[in-house]
Amino acid sequence: MAYQVFNKTGIKGLAAAVPKNIINNYEYTEHFPKESVIEVVDKVGIKERRFTDNKTCSSDLCFAAAEKLLADMNIDKSEIDLLVFVSQTPDYRMPATAITLQHRLGLPNSTIAFDVNMGCSGFLYGMSITYSIIQQPGFRKALLLDGETRSKVYSPKDRMTAFLFGDAGVAAIIEKGEKYGKTYFSLNSDGSRSSLIQINAGGYRNPSSVETVTEKVVDEHGNIRSEEHGYMNGPDVFNFLIREVPKDISGIINYSGIPIETIDYFLFHQANLYMNSYLVKKLKLDTDKVPMSIEKFGNTSSVSIPLTIVTQLQHKLNGRKKMLFSGFGVGLSWASAITDLSDCHISDLVEI
Amino acid sequence: MESRVIDALKYALENEEMDVKLVDEFREYAEWDSLVLLTLIAKLDEEFQVAIEMVEFKNIRTVEDLIKAVESKI
Repeated sequence: MAYQVFNKTGIKGLAAAVPKNIINNYEYTEHFPKESVIEVVDKVGIKERRFTDNKTCSSDLCFAAAEKLLADMNIDKSEIDLLVFVSQTPDYRMPATAITLQHRLGLPNSTIAFDVNMGCSGFLYGMSITYSIIQQPGFRKALLLDGETRSKVYSPKDRMTAFLFGDAGVAAIIEKGEKYGKTYFSLNSDGSRSSLIQINAGGYRNPSSVETVTEKVVDEHGNIRSEEHGYMNGPDVFNFLIREVPKDISGIINYSGIPIETIDYFLFHQANLYMNSYLVKKLKLDTDKVPMSIEKFGNTSSVSIPLTIVTQLQHKLNGRKKMLFSGFGVGLSWASAITDLSDCHISDLVEI
Repeated sequence: MESRVIDALKYALENEEMDVKLVDEFREYAEWDSLVLLTLIAKLDEEFQVAIEMVEFKNIRTVEDLIKAVESKI
């Protein structure tokens, strides 16, 4: 078990962009009877989500967030030495979307740019990689982009996943500086459970074909999806995560020596209301310290932690705040971090 | 053990007054749905530190099957 520790490095500013198109979950009744939809929506706690149109990608949401952030903070683009794009819904299978964003954003050719293919734990992976690279003496600023269009991943006719996911993109500026404190990361993997959340076909193991895009009834409940839709075994994911996530959070708290009561905010991946309520109870947390955006934006995978900061904490971050982040899901991969936000700039939410 | 598993099931069903019999097929209860299942998973973890994966859970039909499955994992 190895933890990463960084000092005097932090998030200078954060912006988020979401599609204008609001999906009212109570009215998402094209494929299911209205009464059962109301019941499901009340229980998962996701009342609205944002869906992009067919032409808009994760990269477009991140581009909008990045332009807003760079303009609001008056950041000189020539100072950005690193661009990391975290997503599992990239523009193309090649090249890496990060490189197209380097050009669109007008960043120098000397910018390091690459993609990180991670889901619900992805923002923490993006942070950890970014923090590592910018420790190099010559590095000034890094742009961490994290975007998802999960609305395009899951079948609207599979009730296990139809009501959960939404689209969003964020941008964060990360830099070194005396005002930043210590950041701790714990990053974990369990590949034996990789099939619990998976898109089976469309990669190189099971290439795309007429067969893989054909929708089929997949179970006795009449759920319908194709091999190129996302599949999630929610109960087994839950079975695993309720054990591992609290353990990982306790682990990083013990390692850092930071008393849990001194943490100002706990930001959990917004999977569903159920998982978050479970963590609040298990860790005996005060709900005022656990902001949630799930009701308005649903599960946006790796984007959900920073999106929750932008939408729920914009005016609550004056001075130095101690934060605990925990992201968990597809992989299976789970990660925890303890960090400070020191006068972190939060831009107004962008809607495109 | 038997009564503790039944209590966990009643807790998940949010119906403490329920008359639960060993032969009952719990998926037939009006209250049963996928979120009751999640509550049951959480409760079994809390009370017994037991996790039943869905491959196995699919074949657990009755309350008695559930009790046996939990007992076999302790």
